[in-house]
Amino acid sequence: MTAGQAIATKDLTLSYGDTIIINELDLEIPKGEITVFIGGNGCGKSTLLRSIARLLKPKSGAVLLEGEAVAKLSTKDVARKMAILPQSPSAPEGLTVLQLVKQGRYPYQTWLKQWSTEDELKVRNALKATGMEELKDRTVDSLSGGQRQRAWIAMTLAQDTDTILLDEPTTYLDMTHQIEILDLLFELNEKEKRTIVMVLHDLNLACRYAHNIVAIKDQKVFAQGKPEHVINCGLVKNVFGMECEVTIDPLFGTPLCIPYGKGRCILKGQGL
Amino acid sequence: MKKYYNLRLFGDKISFLVNRKALITFLLLAAASAGVFVISTGTGEMKISPLKVVQVFFGGGSDMDRLIIQSFRLPRIIVALMVGMALAAAGGILQGIIRNPLASPDIIGITGGASVAVVGFLAFFSDKNNALTVSINWMPLAAFAGAAILAFLVYFLAYKDGVSPIRLVLIGIGLASLMKALTTLMMVFGPIYQASQANIWITGTVYGSNWDKVAMLVPWTLMFLVMAFILARNVNIQELGDDIAMGVGSTVQKYRFLLLMVSTALIGGAVAFGGGIGFVGLMAPHMARRMVGSAFGALLPASALIGGILVMAADLIGRTLFSPLEIPAGVFTASIGAPYFIYLLFKTRNA
Repeated sequence: MTAGQAIATKDLTLSYGDTIIINELDLEIPKGEITVFIGGNGCGKSTLLRSIARLLKPKSGAVLLEGEAVAKLSTKDVARKMAILPQSPSAPEGLTVLQLVKQGRYPYQTWLKQWSTEDELKVRNALKATGMEELKDRTVDSLSGGQRQRAWIAMTLAQDTDTILLDEPTTYLDMTHQIEILDLLFELNEKEKRTIVMVLHDLNLACRYAHNIVAIKDQKVFAQGKPEHVINCGLVKNVFGMECEVTIDPLFGTPLCIPYGKGRCILKGQGL
Repeated sequence: MKKYYNLRLFGDKISFLVNRKALITFLLLAAASAGVFVISTGTGEMKISPLKVVQVFFGGGSDMDRLIIQSFRLPRIIVALMVGMALAAAGGILQGIIRNPLASPDIIGITGGASVAVVGFLAFFSDKNNALTVSINWMPLAAFAGAAILAFLVYFLAYKDGVSPIRLVLIGIGLASLMKALTTLMMVFGPIYQASQANIWITGTVYGSNWDKVAMLVPWTLMFLVMAFILARNVNIQELGDDIAMGVGSTVQKYRFLLLMVSTALIGGAVAFGGGIGFVGLMAPHMARRMVGSAFGALLPASALIGGILVMAADLIGRTLFSPLEIPAGVFTASIGAPYFIYLLFKTRNA
């Protein structure tokens, strides 16, 4: 299914001050698939995503978007090819869903041309795809967490890019809404062949929705590939430092990770 | 009725999504501004009916009416309108780029810089008899310079790979306190006459406006208001945070600098001729937000008009309520604005 790569990094080194986060990383992200970054807290998966989205300047090395160095492209050109939804974004009080989604058209607008026929079409499609049509005149702050996240996703869709990056799009959502958001993203990938790259915390959901998993550890990619191929006890132990059993998700046949730990055995003074 | 309609000219080259409610509100506000303008012009020692005022505007009216209106009242009211519009628009921009509803020209120290400059001006250029050794006409320049220098200082000190909103506001608050301390220090050390003179300026008044000032302030303010309106969509995107703004391809730092300069220019002009009129820059944008929503294309013009109305009304009350005593307009901006502001908050508390 892979038709080349959407994004690649070359010798990419990222740092905050003197602390190296990602070291000389060569990574290829396939086009038209869902790629999920996993790893422990602070392993640099969000940093890597931000750097791919050019929100963070690399210390050295480069990010390539469809073969071209992102740093050499104009930021508006990049914005027409790649959208990013950062972690828990916030909208100003009183902003309506329509006004928010419309902002996704920024890279196509000028100060006199702020609502072209195409803008209208793309915004309408984005609202439709996310099921937000009915809610478009509501203010973002009046929505539930799941609806709010859908509104933000609609904004990135309005940007009309082949690639969408999302940093933990399910954070702070309850289980129902987590599934709802991931289903939506999966559907977008299936129907419109958009490349989706995201950071997820929930390993099992990552296995269920990803075509391609990138496990990050010690400033490097520890493993990359189909969830069925890369997720096993050894990997989880290495990447997360956690003992677990890996079995098969009875619904989807994808790997399902069940962590050890003490749980109720604490009461009996013994652990598994 | 549809909430929006599409304005499209020349095959999309000029295209806007117009919020019908915001447009209607804007027109009502424009009418209200015109109303306050006319009423204020007609009110004072000598009452002139609104009809006669309008006649004078169109070149008619009696000689007496013309003299009063053109020589005494108009310059002052025009200055009040400009000062209010400038402060309110600048406050709106600052709230947008700092992403904090509490931001205003006074909070981030720009007005404070002007205060220090004015108090310093009065202290350095006064002789033993409290007479100024240079023309008072230089005072607006001092105020403007003070505002501009402080804005640059805030920007410079906040700079670290570009400026972040939080650094901007913290440095601003720090400098604002410092400016306040300096102002007080100079007022305490100086003679009492100067202190009271300075105090009137700090409170904010459009007393002593004349056509020369109008000729300077009007083009300046209008030019930067237009720039602010052109930049409105960049405020919109900055309000969503730097990551989103950069993600959609905005050059965040460039526009933040530009927007800060535009608001400084507006504030500088306003404090130069209106003194440190407070509260308008904080409150007008909030009132506008309650009326027309959060999109800056609508919010900025609405905010500007509300600011103009507030300062014109405050000046009208200030010069008539205790006549012949003149109360600086700055005293009343809060007292007429705050109750309405609280009412709006109260009314929309569940919205």
